[in-house]
Amino acid sequence: MSDREHSSDGLTVEHHFENADQQYQSAKLGMWIFLGTEILFFGGLFVAYSVYRSNHPEIFVFGHHFLDKNLGALNTVILICSSLTAAWAVRAAQLRQIGMLKLMIMLTILCAFGFMGVKSVEYNGKWKHGLLWAGKYDPHLEDHGETLHDIIGEEIAEEAHVEIVTEETVVEVRPAQPAADPDRSTIAPAAEGPAGLAAPDSAATDGAEVEVEPANAQTYFSIYFLLTGLHGIHVLGGIGAFIWLLLCARRGDFDSGHFTRVDMVALYWHLVDLIWIYLFLLLYLI
Amino acid sequence: MSEHDSSVVHVSSVKLLLIVWVALMIGTWITVSASNIDLGFLNIWVGLAIATAKALLVGLYYMHLRWDKPFNSFVFLGAFFFLFLFIGIAMMDTAQYQPDLIPGYSPGMGD
Repeated sequence: MSDREHSSDGLTVEHHFENADQQYQSAKLGMWIFLGTEILFFGGLFVAYSVYRSNHPEIFVFGHHFLDKNLGALNTVILICSSLTAAWAVRAAQLRQIGMLKLMIMLTILCAFGFMGVKSVEYNGKWKHGLLWAGKYDPHLEDHGETLHDIIGEEIAEEAHVEIVTEETVVEVRPAQPAADPDRSTIAPAAEGPAGLAAPDSAATDGAEVEVEPANAQTYFSIYFLLTGLHGIHVLGGIGAFIWLLLCARRGDFDSGHFTRVDMVALYWHLVDLIWIYLFLLLYLI
Repeated sequence: MSEHDSSVVHVSSVKLLLIVWVALMIGTWITVSASNIDLGFLNIWVGLAIATAKALLVGLYYMHLRWDKPFNSFVFLGAFFFLFLFIGIAMMDTAQYQPDLIPGYSPGMGD
């Protein structure tokens, strides 16, 4: 302790800092650099998303019918509320309102658990229907007496821009396409290729628009699980950090007006919220 | 010495926190509504614009960037700059292969 200096309001300043303000600003800068690395951490997956989506938009249009927009919106609302409580917790710590601080931390943790709860409901649904990542992708939809159509038909019908008559909609799962012709340049694009978007020659479906599963639909679910999974791990990490804050608050660490830790955890939490804002748009609301 | 005097540290008012919260909620509602309207290729850009507006609100007010040292914003925006380089160059590359692509089909990805 000889290296430390106690300021009048009980804050501890490490010996390598000039003063408490410099110490606080350094912590903050370090946190922002960490948040920058987090953006780049998710960046790789956003690149995968952009490249696959620009090459194969039909896979994403097909895949997003399996996500429940309402659950996604609910989770967005939950995270925005938790951002409010996290920001409020910082304010409470700054003003030394310890009771309010504890309440806000607890509300934030509650929201985080709510988010994970909704997420687990969603994951469970995907699991049940075999809508999983690459190698595990095996839609087995008949097991529960429902078809692919039952799951997505309703959602498709709701969307004005996809004009599909529900009763006549036929969904068929195509087997994997044959391997590519090595000389791809000889294959005429679009209409001549193994399109996968429509089956005009199918007599059973004449008159009805067909929503066919495009080849490699598993790509969508791989990207979905990687992005939401990485985000979910961050939410779990946030829960851990907030529980730690709660223990600190209970121990009286913030009684002196020292709020750096609360501020840093809140910054992290806002970033998790910020990333979800984009994930919700890109995965659910295509 | 008082570390957290008001010149260095900004304490957000409850009113401001709630206003930002309401704005974020409205933003979410608009995003969902906009996704139900078919705007063609514009859909994604409208969505991204709203999401970015929401992200700005979170960054400026909840994350205090508005009152912080500008260098923190610089660091954060720097990360986005490199993210855009990453996405932009990857997209430029993939655009070169577009003429070879067959809709609904991913060459080289099948079994």
